[in-house]
Amino acid sequence: MPASTRRAAVIGGNRIPFARANRAYAGASNLDMLTTTLDGLVARFGLAGERLGEVVAGAVLKHSRDFNLTREAVLGSRLNPATAAYDVQQACGTGLEATIAVANKIALGQIESGVAGGVDTASDAPIALNDDLRRVLVKLNAARTPLDRLKLVGQLRPGQIVPEIPQNSEPRTGLSMGEHAARTALEWGIGRTEQDELTVRSHRNLAAAYERGFFDDLLTPYLKLTRDDNLRADSSVDKLAKLKPVFGKGPDATMTAGNSTPLTDGAALVLLGSDEWAAEHRLPVLAHVVDAETSGVDYVHGGGACGADHQHGGGARGADHQHGPDGLLTAPVFAVPRLLERNGLSLQDFDLYEIHEAFASVVLVQRKAWEDARFCKERLGRDAPLGAIDDAKLNVAGSSLAAGHPFAATGGRIVATLAKLLRERADTEGRDQRGLISICAAGGQGVVAILEAKK
Amino acid sequence: MNDVLASLSNTGIAKQLGVPRVPVLRRHRPGDPLLAGPVLVASAGGAGGRFAKAVAAFVEENGQPVVGAAGEERLHGVVVDLSEARTLADLAAAQQLLTPAVRKLGPSGRLLLIGAEPADAFESGGAEAAAVAQALDGLVRSVAKELRAGATANLVVVAAGAPPVAIDSSVRFFLSARSAYVDGQVVHVAAPIGVLPEPAEVDDPLAEERPLAGRVAVVTGAARGIGASIADTLARDGATIVAVDVPAAGQRLADTANRTGGTALQLDITAADAADRLLTHLADRHGGVDLVVHNAGITRDKLLANMTADRWDAVLAVNLGAQLAINDALLAGGSPLREAGRVVCVSSQSGIAGNRGQTNYAASKAGVIGMVRALAPRFAERGATINAVAPGFIETDMTATMPLATREGGRRINSLRQGGLPVDVAEAIGWFGRAESGGLNGQIVRVCGQSMLGA
Repeated sequence: MPASTRRAAVIGGNRIPFARANRAYAGASNLDMLTTTLDGLVARFGLAGERLGEVVAGAVLKHSRDFNLTREAVLGSRLNPATAAYDVQQACGTGLEATIAVANKIALGQIESGVAGGVDTASDAPIALNDDLRRVLVKLNAARTPLDRLKLVGQLRPGQIVPEIPQNSEPRTGLSMGEHAARTALEWGIGRTEQDELTVRSHRNLAAAYERGFFDDLLTPYLKLTRDDNLRADSSVDKLAKLKPVFGKGPDATMTAGNSTPLTDGAALVLLGSDEWAAEHRLPVLAHVVDAETSGVDYVHGGGACGADHQHGGGARGADHQHGPDGLLTAPVFAVPRLLERNGLSLQDFDLYEIHEAFASVVLVQRKAWEDARFCKERLGRDAPLGAIDDAKLNVAGSSLAAGHPFAATGGRIVATLAKLLRERADTEGRDQRGLISICAAGGQGVVAILEAKK
Repeated sequence: MNDVLASLSNTGIAKQLGVPRVPVLRRHRPGDPLLAGPVLVASAGGAGGRFAKAVAAFVEENGQPVVGAAGEERLHGVVVDLSEARTLADLAAAQQLLTPAVRKLGPSGRLLLIGAEPADAFESGGAEAAAVAQALDGLVRSVAKELRAGATANLVVVAAGAPPVAIDSSVRFFLSARSAYVDGQVVHVAAPIGVLPEPAEVDDPLAEERPLAGRVAVVTGAARGIGASIADTLARDGATIVAVDVPAAGQRLADTANRTGGTALQLDITAADAADRLLTHLADRHGGVDLVVHNAGITRDKLLANMTADRWDAVLAVNLGAQLAINDALLAGGSPLREAGRVVCVSSQSGIAGNRGQTNYAASKAGVIGMVRALAPRFAERGATINAVAPGFIETDMTATMPLATREGGRRINSLRQGGLPVDVAEAIGWFGRAESGGLNGQIVRVCGQSMLGA
């Protein structure tokens, strides 16, 4: 067993342009997109026929036939089929969680190289059979005599034909992510204009990154799409102000289709390796994975300010922290301080921040919580607030609001983007660069990580 | 390719009707013998040519008998060394050799003349010698038009200072199936530039299957068409491929890279920093480059009367400006171009003959020829060479969309009565790309089946 650990290197990445649901990729499956993205990565780094340590990816919306999605993508790709693979799923945290899994194995010396990421399609979402119908069909399959079968067929009712349409809602509250986020935004007093401003910045930053060729080596076109089709380079606060709110109710509703991420299809992967493996293959080291942290919040029993309905009460009994007024997407607020503490860093010790823009309000809530002295004292147990984040360092190449957010693909997009941004800055400024990633996920979870680029 | 007439002309009915056949050209396939049958090797004039002996040895090494004069049997090739021919009597002797020989030349047979530079001949034999040397030019261009069944005729003109080994790679190319669509061409060979590989390696029959082994080749415009074929062909011959194309063509570029086991570099070669990014990539990822193929090209056809600056500028930028910039960078100090480096540019028959509606395209492609001739001495100073191929009518996606009459005209108006294939262009580039081809510099070779246009 290796005596000590090492830091896994982020070598590069590949993603396909993200497409709004039911548009360019309406006919593509998760497997199609993940395989193509893997092949694009293989081509970029000349890995055809290579055996890598492991490929780890996943999807949030996943057909039952895709039980072995990532392994099937490897078998369909130009990678050596001796490359093992497995699936992970942690909602919107999937891509980053996969990156952490691969980076940890590299850190321990168990593997020398690996690919991590994810894929999602909201267009090709799985539709399950009506549970009543499914039970009858399972019994029918097991029935031994024609009479038994006839009896079972007699049980079929027209109502059973209606399938289970997938819902973009939390099972324990029945509320959509948007509704949850709207409640949290209201609770934290996040205004419409600041959300729209953040959205405009995201679109402009992403458009500028495309213009300067930043994505030339991060993205491979797919199905005639060469850029994220959600991107609006000419977005403005005035234009966004015209949109009607879609989440929340009444005059206080601030969340629109503009400052919320749309349902998106896409895939993203990152290539990780040991420094030695990168050097042997003459591949660049963009940055290293320093550390990571996850967290969960009790958004179900929070009651109070959050106001979640207790429709499915009792599910989270035994949670080890007190019931707090936590929003569904606020878990990173708790993960980041733990990560900082373990690494002896303050929130301001970063050159760049990548905070996943599930909704503009989510980013603003996180920042506001870290600046709030009372919250930081009562909920994070800190003497002083974590403080503010410089706008000029946040999501500088755009993020989910502009690019879109295929759930499991977002982590891979962010890791590769941040690693390349850090490398550029380290090269031009001649000093080490550090970046923070924060991703909120359904189910009240957060996945956060630190990357660092050596000069 | 979908050349219906060519297919029909090879049916039994067509034969009975006496329809002229469109010959099926023999093309190189790995594992096939280099030569398809016996070869007549002879010399005429003086004490015998400087090259006949070496050519005869080459033919025998490759498993075919050498004959001194045409007899009863079918010949695969006829090589007449006229490097020492100085008088009209020598020329008459050549005619006496050639007349019975061309009658015996089989399908896809090869007629190859070796001559002296007229200026060198003048030095040793006066005006008559110079005239005889130049006479071969007219002779070979005419006999190429007379030959049938896919047979070709070409002339290699050798400078007095060139050692016999200088023409080896050219003799090999012209006698092989690799030169299927190169007809009626005259190439000039001088003393080799750069360090020649050990003769033992050149003669190794196994090495001959992979003549570009160990060489790094970059191909621009490699996503599709002729560029993709160049990448495939160079990879087949052992080269490591760096496939370059615009980011928007990334999906097909990845296919090319993975198919060839190479790497994909998405790059707009007209960007201001393109040459820098390309050369940095080659240095970092491959430690250097041996073969640069400037293939990327676009058309924006319009009559000059209707030409816009946009159309003009776009074509000149991609087809010529980018090549100039990259060549400048290759010639600069610290460039990754290695010893025995080869640059091959893709010009066009349009650049030689002109083409209605293509003033911009033809200007750019003629410009390429001017650039190659101008830069040849400068690359020679670095131990490298620069040459160009000028494709004629090649069957690609682009020619497939031509109007029928134009397409048929393009196909038939050449000595082989058919369009060439992308691989024919690629084979010529592979010949220029070999380390052994250092005797070729500043040459323009047409891959056009001896098209009547611009000849």
